[in-house]
Amino acid sequence: MSLPGSWYLILSAVLFGIGALGLLIRRNVLIMFMCLELMLNAANLSFVTFSRMLGDIAGQSAVFFVLVVAAAEVVVGLGIVVAIFRRRSTAVADDISGMRN
Amino acid sequence: MTGLLVAAMARTIPDTAVFVAGALMILAGGIGVIACKNPVHSALAMVLTLFGVAVEFVEQQAEFLAAVQIIVYAGAIVVLFLFVIMFLGVDQRDDVHDEPLVAQRPLAVLLVVLAVISIIALGVEAHWAVGPHHVTGKTFGPYQNVGEVGRSVFTTYLFAFEATAALLIIAVVGAVVLARRSGASTSDAALPAASPSSTTADETADEEVAS
Repeated sequence: MSLPGSWYLILSAVLFGIGALGLLIRRNVLIMFMCLELMLNAANLSFVTFSRMLGDIAGQSAVFFVLVVAAAEVVVGLGIVVAIFRRRSTAVADDISGMRN
Repeated sequence: MTGLLVAAMARTIPDTAVFVAGALMILAGGIGVIACKNPVHSALAMVLTLFGVAVEFVEQQAEFLAAVQIIVYAGAIVVLFLFVIMFLGVDQRDDVHDEPLVAQRPLAVLLVVLAVISIIALGVEAHWAVGPHHVTGKTFGPYQNVGEVGRSVFTTYLFAFEATAALLIIAVVGAVVLARRSGASTSDAALPAASPSSTTADETADEEVAS
């Protein structure tokens, strides 16, 4: 338990970068959702690290709430994906451009 | 002096090994999520990442959150993802070489690398917000994590806790409304609506039991 907190924060930043990269370069809506989860997990990791560095349990409570909100977000988001797929038979973000025309 | 250093090293080596193992799992899983063409493989790579994050939680004495991470993420959210992937059918048309926007992918890589470097530079500049970079902070003592988190959630953050309960109910109702086929009344139309909502209900029950 004697590792410096900066290691975890760098790891968290890299994980956030991977998630953001995936969100930018992938076209599949489901994989974009997964990348969103990766970014949320990076935030959770830095919350826990700061909680340990500052000796304050509030960071871990915040992670608990982030988990709950992530669960709700995934449920609603996947419901939207299913509803779009019913109408347009696609899960690729480029094909969902009905509002543009 | 050297003996002290060796003793400190001996105490640190297991921690370092656990950290490196978790970090490798996180990075391999994250790269797998964005590199796999098949969405099912991406979902399985995400399980690896989530498990690695749980390992880092245990390493930082957040045992309760590690357990909740495994139960909620790997046990419910990934299953929900896999369910929707199977329900929609695996879509292979997400071709990595197909670029509708000119030079979007190289620009995205450049931008993300710049962003990560500047985040880390900001952290170094601010001494990671809490002082010199070797600060590790105090620990809460062994076997007290669940009690500490419970006390915090049910006293300081009680209102937020109640609000999340309302949020989960709203999400369940919203998922049912979204996934219902409007106008159709056949039983197979109700099937996709029932499954996400029941998973969420299980999640809620899990969290309530765990709390």
